[in-house]
Amino acid sequence: MANSGVDTKRRRFLIAATSVVGAVGVAPLAYAFLGSMAPSARALAAGAPVEVDVSKIEAGQLTRVLWQGKPVWVVNRTPEMLSNLPSLDNALRDPNSDVLTQQPEYAKNATRSIKPEYVVLVGICTHLGCSPGYRPEVAPADLGAEWKGGWLCACHGSRFDLAGRVYKNVPAATNLVVPPHYYKTDNIVLVGLDGGKA
Amino acid sequence: MADHPKHNYTGLLGWVEDRFPLMETWNYHLAQYYAPRNFNIWYYFGSLAILVLVFQIFSGLFLAFHYKPDAALAFNSVEYIMRDVPGGWFIRYMHSTGASFFFIVVYLHMFRALIYGSYKGKRELLWLIGMTIYLALMATAFMGYLLPWGQMSLWGAQVIINLFNTIPFIGEQLSVWLRGDFVLSDATLNRFFALHFFIPVIVLPALVFVHMVALHAVGSNNPDGIEIKQGPKGNRWSPDAPKDGIPFFPYYIVKDVFGVGVFLFVFFAVLFFAPEMGGFFLEPPNFEPANALKTPLHIAPVWYFTPFYTILRSIPDPWYGTVGMFSAIILLFLLPWIDKNPIKSWRYRNASHMANLLLFAIVFLILGWMGTKSVEPLYKELGTRMTQIYFLFFVVLGIHSRPFANSQPSNVLGILIAVVLGLLVWIGSGFLSFGGIFAGIVVGLAFALIFMLGNFIAKQYFGKNGVKARYAAWFFILLGLIIFYDVYFRFVPSDTTATVQMLLQLIWPVVYLGVTLLLPALSPSVNAEKPVPERVTE
Repeated sequence: MANSGVDTKRRRFLIAATSVVGAVGVAPLAYAFLGSMAPSARALAAGAPVEVDVSKIEAGQLTRVLWQGKPVWVVNRTPEMLSNLPSLDNALRDPNSDVLTQQPEYAKNATRSIKPEYVVLVGICTHLGCSPGYRPEVAPADLGAEWKGGWLCACHGSRFDLAGRVYKNVPAATNLVVPPHYYKTDNIVLVGLDGGKA
Repeated sequence: MADHPKHNYTGLLGWVEDRFPLMETWNYHLAQYYAPRNFNIWYYFGSLAILVLVFQIFSGLFLAFHYKPDAALAFNSVEYIMRDVPGGWFIRYMHSTGASFFFIVVYLHMFRALIYGSYKGKRELLWLIGMTIYLALMATAFMGYLLPWGQMSLWGAQVIINLFNTIPFIGEQLSVWLRGDFVLSDATLNRFFALHFFIPVIVLPALVFVHMVALHAVGSNNPDGIEIKQGPKGNRWSPDAPKDGIPFFPYYIVKDVFGVGVFLFVFFAVLFFAPEMGGFFLEPPNFEPANALKTPLHIAPVWYFTPFYTILRSIPDPWYGTVGMFSAIILLFLLPWIDKNPIKSWRYRNASHMANLLLFAIVFLILGWMGTKSVEPLYKELGTRMTQIYFLFFVVLGIHSRPFANSQPSNVLGILIAVVLGLLVWIGSGFLSFGGIFAGIVVGLAFALIFMLGNFIAKQYFGKNGVKARYAAWFFILLGLIIFYDVYFRFVPSDTTATVQMLLQLIWPVVYLGVTLLLPALSPSVNAEKPVPERVTE
């Protein structure tokens, strides 16, 4: 077979057309396969709101519940704890909760809560998702004299005060998340819904 | 059979060879593959890595006969393997010990490449393939560690997957997609199990194969860093083969078998007497079932990830921390293009280069050690300082690669880098905000100033240009940048403990830069290179 009968234009057209059709076929195939890795219908359906009875939390104590697979903390802060909060503002990265994604509007205040004493927080460090440890004591040896109580993430050393506000010069950049919540009755807080207040 | 290469094999072997290049392959890769005759102890680790890969594939297969990739069953199925499956404990410990030994041999194999310049001389692709193997190995090990579904499995994976969360704009969706759920769950465990099978059994052997093909095409490097293919020809086996080469089979096979013997002795000693290796190979919290409500007090990845983990947590910002951690690995990919010195082996490079490599190894070990420690002011600062030196290493390596260049770094280049850096900081810290513009200008200006100041000081004390002035200028510039980084990004006036640590531990980068850059500026003997011999030495 000599080269004489080769129509190179036609050959190039056929190669190009085959490649294009092939690429068009790969796109939906990739979509189907990659899409299968997204959360399933079952995973999407999970995540019902949970109730917490705040009257059962002792002063200064923290209680944990599971919401959407994540730990949620409710802390009953003592008046002393609350009075310490403003004194920390200079050491914090976002003392006034200006990063709006980190809390609903009704929690953008000095205590980051609806009722001053009860703070509701998603117990997941905003750095890389460890659950920080609760360290309510004032000035323990390992945390230094300036410590007024809060959370220390053992994973990477991020620090948060008792309103979940992040300190400066730690790996986490934003305050702990306040989940949507509202008080169904005086003592029952519902985590996961905000009762239309958003 | 005219189109088939001629051979002299007869009988069954001849019959096969007519139909399949059996002996051709054997000869090309083993019996007639001439490797330099001067290999030393560092050359055991490549073959040992293959041995461990085989160990891992087989022990993993037998574990999979009993393991259940289900969040409700996984932890118990591992305990079932340990207690009820006959010999299950042995296979499991072989797999977990093998994982750590895999990284030990691979790290030594990589350090060998660093000291003898094995990424040079048309070996760039070989190095890139090798680094890809290292990445695949890390991915495999990471996914494997989730499978026992213990506390450390859960929270370790939580942290690593959340790294993707920090990517601007797409991070959130990406990490949800990787997990297959909004939190780390059964869906994640299931796919990690599948990938932990697929990558090491299909992808890794394919990469190892390509690594060997590239190696055998270029030829092995050696402790002298001399290309034996360019040396005299003719040895006992072939008149065309390199004079300084010996056939891989049988000579290096026998050598490697000896290495395997020593390796197995150590490997099984650990497996039988210290399979958890004091919490380094298997961490105590992982003997507790995963609990999404509670992070263990001290979490740390397994030892082979801790250097990068320390880098991650020493940068006070999630996104930049992730960038820092991944660039620590990416920079290794670029070694062949950073170190352009024509001399391969550190035996003939200047003393500063040797010091740089040794200090890098020490810093890597300290970074690893820091990653296992909790974040206290002393360790936090030490981790940050070591991170700084880790990145300085690559700059210094580039500076050492032209030891006799005699012009000070160009101020024009410095200003260009300053502009790019300023723009990056501007974009990174808020494109439309006043603070972002301000930060960009401060960083850009500071960089340009430090650059010019370093050049100026060097000129004052070491004369304009010249080898010494170049080293000195880089010393002052890099030290200035470290101090600027400390003051601008890390200094918090109210935190006295951290400030004291910052000042005290400034000693580490000063010592590092002093040894690698100021010393050659002061004494030419540290900068002297030795003549590379024509032939490999004994």
